Amino acid sequence: MSEFLAMGGYAPYVWSAYGITLVVVLLNIWTARRARIRPLERLARTADEARPRRQPTVRQVQ
Amino acid sequence: MLGLPRWFHRWASPPHVYELAERWRPWLGGLALLTILGGAYGGLVLAPPDYLQGDSFRIIYVHVPSAYLSMMGYTLMAVAAAIGFVWRIKLAHAVAVSIAPIGASFTFLALVTGGIWGRPTWGTYWEWGDARLMFELLLLFLYLGYMALRASFEDRDKADRVSAILAVVGVVNVPIIHYSVEWWSTLHQGPTIAKLDTPSITFDMLAPLLVMIAGFTLCFAWLVLNRLQGEIVEREHDARWLRRFAEAVR
Repeated sequence: MSEFLAMGGYAPYVWSAYGITLVVVLLNIWTARRARIRPLERLARTADEARPRRQPTVRQVQ
Repeated sequence: MLGLPRWFHRWASPPHVYELAERWRPWLGGLALLTILGGAYGGLVLAPPDYLQGDSFRIIYVHVPSAYLSMMGYTLMAVAAAIGFVWRIKLAHAVAVSIAPIGASFTFLALVTGGIWGRPTWGTYWEWGDARLMFELLLLFLYLGYMALRASFEDRDKADRVSAILAVVGVVNVPIIHYSVEWWSTLHQGPTIAKLDTPSITFDMLAPLLVMIAGFTLCFAWLVLNRLQGEIVEREHDARWLRRFAEAVR
């Protein structure tokens, strides 16, 4: 295992390259998911606000 | 203007594409994860060390897929922008917009992992005189320029049309990047796989690379679908068909 991690002496190069790739891909996943969900949430909110209040019935007014 | 075949119009319909994306997205994501994990295992564990570069060559398994996606992404973005510009299809512009930040991030990765690989191999992280490096950096600026240009317009239709011109003009950079290592051979090595001759890499090393390229491409597709769905909702926010999707996130 430690031999695997040592990468034949190239550990800093190999693991930093893979580490940065992992971070960038995870950031991509997070921002892309947010880009999909945010507009839907905004739409759901505005739909709530725009929904017309129910008018009182004639009996209730009397 | 040129006519489009009938089947094409379904692909220009936002509800149709949104629904397809909704259905395909989970499968794409799962497949991408499995493929990348398999490719990483193959590249880090199964592939033998290089006779000259030792284990440092294993950076190829993240560097080449990123570089490939940076160029493939830009080409797709330019094609989508051109379709949107010529036939005035809004969905095509939405595709181009969705690709830009993802393509930029993979271009960044190609540059950074290339620099890290260059240090033990060439003795330097960066070489201003190398054509491949310069044109890849220009690609990053093209992506960022496309996004900055869009952000400078209030009006979305205007942003679509003007940024499409930049995307299409910039696509000449893609073949230049590809052939740069043959036209001006300096530090960056020549092509390994994408050439007419047989690949200059043994199968043990090549197989994980092909798996990794497939995995990165699936991941790219998953990312584009997510952003495209968001972009469709922003552009179609008054449409009735969107209500049931909005209900689901409440």
